[in-house]
Amino acid sequence: MEVRSVDAPEEPADGQVLLELRHAAKSFGAVRALIDGSVELRAGEVHALLGENGAGKSTLVKILAGVHQPDDGTLIVPGRAGGDGRAGGDGRAGGDGREIRLNGPAAARAAGIAVIYQEPTLFPDLTVAENMFIGRQPLRSGRRIDRRAMLAEAAAIFTRLGVPLNPSRLARGLSIADQQVVEIGKALSLDARVIVMDEPTAALSAAEVARLFEVVRTLKAQGAAVLFISHRLEEVFTICQRVTVMRDGKHVLSSDLAGLTARDLVRAMVGRELAERPPEAAGATPGDTVLDVRRLTREGVFTDISLAVRAGEIVALAGLVGSGRSEVARAIFGIDRYDAGSVTVSGKPLRKASPAGSMAAGIGLVPEDRRQQGLVMDMSVQQNVALASLGRLGKGGLIRASAERAMASDWAARLAIKYSRLTDPVGTLSGGNQQKVVLARWLGRKPAVLIVDEPTRGIDVGTKAEVHQLLTGLARSGVAVLMISSELPEVLGVADRVLVMREGQLVAEFGHADASEEAIMSAAMGQQEVAQ
Amino acid sequence: MTSVLPRPTLPGPDQEARASHLAERVFRIRESGILVVLLVFVGVTTAVQHRFLGASNIQFVLVDTASFALLALGETMVVLTRNVDLSVGSVVGLSAYLSTQLFADHPGIAIPVVFLAGLGIGLACGIVNGVMVAAGRVPSLVVTLATLYIIRGIDILIVGGNEVTASSLPDSFLNIPKDTILGIPDIAIAVAALIAIGWYYLRTFRSGRDLYAIGSNPDAARLAGLPAGRRVFTAFAVSGAIAGVAGVLWGAQYGTINSTAGTGYELQVVSAVVVGGVAIFGGSGSVIGAGLGALLLATISSALYVLGISPFWDQAIWGFLLLVAIALDQTITERLTSALRRTRTRHE
Amino acid sequence: MSNVTDTLPPASHAGLAERLRPALRWESGLAVVVALIVIIGSAASPAFLTGNNLFNLGLSNGEVAIMTLPMTLIIISGEIDLSVASILGMSSALLGYLWARGWPMPAIFVTIAVAGIAAGAINGLLVTRLRLPSLAVTIGTLALYRGVSEILLGPNTVATFPAAYTNLGVNAVPFTGNDMTYSTLIFIVLAIVFGVVLHATPLGRSIYAMGASAEAAQYAGIRVKRIKTLLYMVSGFICSLAGVLWTFRLNTSVWNNGIGLELNVVAIVLLAGVSIFGGKGSIAGVVLGVLAFCGIQNALLLTNFNQEATGIVTGGLLLASVFLPNAGRWLRAWRAHA
Repeated sequence: MEVRSVDAPEEPADGQVLLELRHAAKSFGAVRALIDGSVELRAGEVHALLGENGAGKSTLVKILAGVHQPDDGTLIVPGRAGGDGRAGGDGRAGGDGREIRLNGPAAARAAGIAVIYQEPTLFPDLTVAENMFIGRQPLRSGRRIDRRAMLAEAAAIFTRLGVPLNPSRLARGLSIADQQVVEIGKALSLDARVIVMDEPTAALSAAEVARLFEVVRTLKAQGAAVLFISHRLEEVFTICQRVTVMRDGKHVLSSDLAGLTARDLVRAMVGRELAERPPEAAGATPGDTVLDVRRLTREGVFTDISLAVRAGEIVALAGLVGSGRSEVARAIFGIDRYDAGSVTVSGKPLRKASPAGSMAAGIGLVPEDRRQQGLVMDMSVQQNVALASLGRLGKGGLIRASAERAMASDWAARLAIKYSRLTDPVGTLSGGNQQKVVLARWLGRKPAVLIVDEPTRGIDVGTKAEVHQLLTGLARSGVAVLMISSELPEVLGVADRVLVMREGQLVAEFGHADASEEAIMSAAMGQQEVAQ
Repeated sequence: MTSVLPRPTLPGPDQEARASHLAERVFRIRESGILVVLLVFVGVTTAVQHRFLGASNIQFVLVDTASFALLALGETMVVLTRNVDLSVGSVVGLSAYLSTQLFADHPGIAIPVVFLAGLGIGLACGIVNGVMVAAGRVPSLVVTLATLYIIRGIDILIVGGNEVTASSLPDSFLNIPKDTILGIPDIAIAVAALIAIGWYYLRTFRSGRDLYAIGSNPDAARLAGLPAGRRVFTAFAVSGAIAGVAGVLWGAQYGTINSTAGTGYELQVVSAVVVGGVAIFGGSGSVIGAGLGALLLATISSALYVLGISPFWDQAIWGFLLLVAIALDQTITERLTSALRRTRTRHE
Repeated sequence: MSNVTDTLPPASHAGLAERLRPALRWESGLAVVVALIVIIGSAASPAFLTGNNLFNLGLSNGEVAIMTLPMTLIIISGEIDLSVASILGMSSALLGYLWARGWPMPAIFVTIAVAGIAAGAINGLLVTRLRLPSLAVTIGTLALYRGVSEILLGPNTVATFPAAYTNLGVNAVPFTGNDMTYSTLIFIVLAIVFGVVLHATPLGRSIYAMGASAEAAQYAGIRVKRIKTLLYMVSGFICSLAGVLWTFRLNTSVWNNGIGLELNVVAIVLLAGVSIFGGKGSIAGVVLGVLAFCGIQNALLLTNFNQEATGIVTGGLLLASVFLPNAGRWLRAWRAHA
């Protein structure tokens, strides 16, 4: 039984260029998604790729992944020292830098490039080890799968990464953070030298982000190049050494991070000066209590949640991912049930958990997951905007097409939604504009209470600011806003009050004056866990 | 900028090990569960009516099971990939007629040749299915529904009002279902062996594991570069070939073959597969479970008969059982998923 | 990726045409097919377009046509119902069973209606409350309800229904000339009702939404579970109605009435351009699908094609219905590579 050596392959010298993309261009029909994309990745470095939505980052990533072939430009992947001549793939260079063309994901893998997507795609019914080695499981005599070798290799890789994941457990039920580790392990087992991470921290808790960064540092130490794509500038400064900024499909700048400020980066991304923090809260006097939640409890998920939001107020619900905030929101809105407690809107208690009932009482919910929960991707922009107001768009039980269109175009104008045609599928819009469609849907109902769950996740800086302004404007017009957010600058900038949840319970409340990032973080994580 | 983050606490190794043991235990329970139900059924029925466990009755049940278990083997391979083959009944019918007709047209023909002919006919049908599903990227439900119609129609056109009767079939052929070794019917042993081979193959060869991957997450399978099209094609081809062989067996069992042979089998086979613990959406389950499912359904049929319950209750009962099996399966998967999720959040 | 800000669309009729455009492609293709069938059929046999023939067409296909309507809504909502023929059979068996025991017909009708709705409700509850896949569930209830028919009637046949009722099965509707069967009339009325509901009411839009994305529909306040259960109950009711019509037409109540019809129903609905994945389709398409299906069957009958082998044509049509939409895509891809 042959066990493959699990020592790290011979590491390239630090600073050696592992991948160079020069002036790549890609168009889809009339759309020029990428006009001039360039990036240079060196061994032992974590390289940030920044840019607004629509800047061309994801197209560039897909070119590196071999999913798309560029119309123009060159890709150079110098061979690694002691390459093992793996079969398959296309034109993998040996020794000298050579231009290659990746004609598919297999070619990218053979070239040593691995991409970890935001939502990893694993096989839930297979074990972790099988997930890593599917299609290329180690074999013993007679082309039979050698399970023991497979498990041993997987275990060794996890040891190398410093993560004690059990390779023989099913992938089903793994957290997103763990799934990413499995994907990284898979990349390592393929001897990937270039690891691209596409917004890996979007759905992770702070503890998971920290663990991921440890793993990234390990990869760095072993000579890999990591391309790190994120909208969170504070993370970029924490983990990356160099940065490339793109705007409108073109490369704008590449430089060491040392000496750059967040403001510089934002300016490069947006091409204009933007307030680094969202505008201060209006500070208008709030009205009566509109949303009154008393001792809301759901076994094993959240306990004794009591909060009140007044008209004209923006209350933020902060906390780590997994602390139960979205679950509370869903329970208030009626999607999930709760076991005890009550929800009262404008003085009237909600009878039982049902979205229709909550909506009738005046609650709207902009959910966390835009694509799966917020929008019906196959339906048009117009239909999505109108989806929650169908009963009001006609008479005699029928829908009137003109009323529907009027509502959609009206709100599109008000929220400055960029679209081509109202009848286009909403999936053709950028993330920020999609979020605006969701908002339009709920604003169109003139809710008394609006709950927004991670309103600016995965949205570019420009649209982020617009959404914040929208929310503050909304509050000023008398709506009670409950905002769930994991982005502290957003929480601090927009909210009048900040509530903090930890492990299913409310543990702290801060007014606008005494809220600070440290205070919120320590409440969110619990005093004893804050590092010395 | 942000406050200092704490050193992360990682899930302990014990927690992880327990999670995987839990998963394995549950899935083994699923199959042993069928065995338990089977034993309970047999026990209760025998207590009431002793001849249920008599040699002749056991042989009868095993022969009955054999062809369904065989079909379940092929169907499982298809279902694992998140597809379904509804045309098996029609293939059985076509193969049954055409292959047994060979005896009438070519007297003295060797029996293995007839089996090969049946296999060939089934294989051809399976290839047609496989090409359309794999290359056309079209839902297999629709494709095999269509071929169910088409193959049955072809069968009717060919058969017309004729039928093959036992008198035109050689005794050695008709005795196949009756031959036994140590009291166990030959074909039951043969099918059990085939199932064992199938089980081993799906466990230990890459192409077998690929089937599970494709059903578990088709997108991931494509991203991982698995030859999904080829695998799905092969699964359908195999399912068809097996149905062809089962058709020949059908002929041996019943002796009289007309254009209605095999009608409705597809639903029974899918039921056996689902009762046997193979997830209808693919990705998990085993051929042994499917075989046990077929055995269970045949046993229940026989038990009802032996207990004097009108055979008109058969269908209602297996319909009810199918619903119970599906509901049970779903509950188990949901409980398992939340149990597996809980083992890590406790340590965040 | 293109963030093109466009001018807002001009007048009202532009929007309507744009909304209809993707639907129009399939339905107009189907309309062409129907026209072709009519032309070829009339050429092949002079009896094709006669009133008498149409009448017989209505008779033999009326029940199947009626069952396609609720099936369409169920499939658009993202589910399927394979138990329709068994509910038809069950109601037929109930009819015979109760009639043979001397029950008055009105009481029987009420019982059958309740049984059909209950059968549908069971389907709906299993799918929505227990979250079981509808394909598997309705295969189970297909057996269960057929089994109930078997239990009720055993090997017996009831064929003693009074002429007043069996005439409903075979006579034309009064005041409509001689060619409209009751089942055809019911089909037309139901098609209009279902069409309006599906295409112009919030309920209909909700059905499309939940077929496209059940989760997003829930978050928009759509009562997915309630609506799906309702659809199954409507289907159960309509199928038992079809069972009554079937029984009276043949003046026979036997356990295997209608066996296998579910495949015809699903075939027609898929042929009509309703996507098996949910979220797409139209009633107009279904009406055309019914016409196409009946037309082909009839043309074959009149040209003495073996009746039982018409399955070949049904199957062929079904394949065409799923391959044709992709054909355009393939041609373009092939041309791009060449």
